[in-house]
Amino acid sequence: LSQQTNTLNSELFTLTYGALVTQLCKDYENDEEVNKQLDKMGYNIGVRLIEDFLARSSVGRCHDFRETADVIAKVAFKMYLGITPSVTNWSPAGDEFSLILESNPLVDFVELPDNHSGLVYSNLLCGVLRGALEMVQMAVDVKFAQDTLRGDNVTEIRMKFIKRIEENLPAGEE
Amino acid sequence: MADEALFHFLHNELIHYAYKSAEQGEVENGRCITRLENMGFRVGQGLIERFTKDTARFKDELDVMKFICKDFWTSVFKKQIDNLRTNHQGIYVLQDNKFRLLTQMSAGKQYLEHAPRYLAFTCGMVRGGLSNLGVKSIVTAEVSVMPACKFQVMIQKM
Repeated sequence: LSQQTNTLNSELFTLTYGALVTQLCKDYENDEEVNKQLDKMGYNIGVRLIEDFLARSSVGRCHDFRETADVIAKVAFKMYLGITPSVTNWSPAGDEFSLILESNPLVDFVELPDNHSGLVYSNLLCGVLRGALEMVQMAVDVKFAQDTLRGDNVTEIRMKFIKRIEENLPAGEE
Repeated sequence: MADEALFHFLHNELIHYAYKSAEQGEVENGRCITRLENMGFRVGQGLIERFTKDTARFKDELDVMKFICKDFWTSVFKKQIDNLRTNHQGIYVLQDNKFRLLTQMSAGKQYLEHAPRYLAFTCGMVRGGLSNLGVKSIVTAEVSVMPACKFQVMIQKM
């Protein structure tokens, strides 16, 4: 029974996410708008999720972007999605890297219909990462470079460090 | 396996989204509730579709409701329904004394007016789950004192 329970739990989030994307596709005219909305919602989740993460993970302050990358891949992704992406493709300046996901829990049983080729189905994740890191004073740019849903072999999230944020700016909500 | 917290965060965001561009008023509130309920319905269907693949068929309607109260509720909310009552004429009341999606909000009577929006998705999930088990229903919920709430299931004869 516990195995069934585990399966069910994972699907609750996946199914709910699917229902959300379906609803957004109905509400918005084009894929770009849906992508934006997913990013915004992810951002709103990220700014709250970071507290949950810090409370549960006992991870201290990261000293550099490399450490941040490791924590994201090995602690955060593991904790929330049960997967550990690999960290690769570092830029020479050390300000950009890729997360490679062999499997993406969000897309189980999902197929993109033909008329949504511009949809970045898992775009919520980009917003989550962006929002969470903003709360620890890092402005980052996050986007999908590869997506198995769109025919690529792996799913690749590209993260770029933009700048440090001053401590006393209030948290935004979008 | 996705962490429970992710679903909670996403659920909150769904509610925020549903109400974001809504105007004030009864009609608009009703629409938002319906949207949330419909999303929950699809999820409920999906959950049951996978979960009960290997489970034996149910004896009767009560058996189905017990399944919802025990297995379904445990899988989704990590606890069982605390109390199930029925009039044996198609109405069931499921009581959850510590509903997981309400525990984040203050206990007591504060924010009571907002409670329905936190219940709508779950009402849909129950209705959707039952639907895939061959049971047609109307599901409503009410909160008296947070975080306790009651889900009322009215079986519809097909």
